[in-house]
Amino acid sequence: MENNPTCAEIFRAFFRIGVTSFGGGLVAYLRDEIVTKKNWMTPDDFLAALEIGQTLPGLNSVNVAIIAGRRLAGARGAIAAATGLVIPGAVILVILGLLYVRFRNNRDVAAALAGIAAAAVGLLLQVTLKIGAKQFLNPLDLFFVLLTFVFVGIFHVSLPVALFLIAPFAIILRRPRKEAVK
Amino acid sequence: MKELVSLLNVFCLLSLLAVGGGSAVLPQMEHETVSVHKWVSADDFATIYSLGQMAPGPNMTMVGLIGFKAASHDGMPGGWAFAAMVVVLLAFYLPSSFLTYAVSHIWDSFKENPWRDAVQRGMAPITVGLMLAGVYAVGKTASFNPEHSSHFNFLTISIGLAVTAWLFLNRTNPALLILLGGVVGWFFLRGI
Repeated sequence: MENNPTCAEIFRAFFRIGVTSFGGGLVAYLRDEIVTKKNWMTPDDFLAALEIGQTLPGLNSVNVAIIAGRRLAGARGAIAAATGLVIPGAVILVILGLLYVRFRNNRDVAAALAGIAAAAVGLLLQVTLKIGAKQFLNPLDLFFVLLTFVFVGIFHVSLPVALFLIAPFAIILRRPRKEAVK
Repeated sequence: MKELVSLLNVFCLLSLLAVGGGSAVLPQMEHETVSVHKWVSADDFATIYSLGQMAPGPNMTMVGLIGFKAASHDGMPGGWAFAAMVVVLLAFYLPSSFLTYAVSHIWDSFKENPWRDAVQRGMAPITVGLMLAGVYAVGKTASFNPEHSSHFNFLTISIGLAVTAWLFLNRTNPALLILLGGVVGWFFLRGI
């Protein structure tokens, strides 16, 4: 957009997201800050950035931060955005980690952590079911969901090998159709 | 030192394999860090993962704690643990970030390619399958651990399913639900 923020401003904006975004759903926080509050990107630009971020490996949120930072201030902007986003959580995790190492054998802490871990599994299951709703209901997709699950989850086929074996078939079956191209 | 290099290798590869987000590499990460390299126990992994869900920012930043734990042996100077944490965070975030940075430059040239849609639609079920394997990888310790009594497992599975059901019906900040899981765990899981 017109206004060119400095790297310090970019870092501050992403740092604020990094501090306040408890409970996931980071992309929504990013959109709110970049598009709505700061007017640094148009909604369409943000969507395009998200599309790239989702297609490429890595975390969607970090990838979007890299793209947004680059568009605002080049390589240094990308670094400012990504570090601003990651550092607060990393610092808090160090504190939680030190407390964990110190108190893990305490009976009360162990019980609370068991409850926390159990709840985290429920959260991951919900996110998986929500993201995969379409895939679970489509027989062909469901086949690949279960195949991948059995390969990687049950038999511990290493991920590169599993991707190499499964992805070509999954992609070929979705290949562009001639009639659609005309 | 050798350990730092192993951490670097494992997490750089995971970074580039994280198709469709960080959760997709959870099963592979669990296997590498718990079974292959024995950097953390299965219990540690489940706990570290859930701590990541509570902290703000990208929840996969929890990988730093795996590095931290891997380098906190007896007789190791404390600084090593922090060095290992930084190494793992850089290893996990840098490769995919470089790739995104580079590709976002040239994205427009293959945005219209019909194969892009095929790749996206073909990869979607694989990502979901990997996430499901991630649920299993963490759940086999945190939800249905054979080392715990059936009473304990019944409670942990119930907590998880309650969170799943609640999130389908309500818009609640998941971090609050996870904290609530901690309170419920402290109350009911202490004695068992």
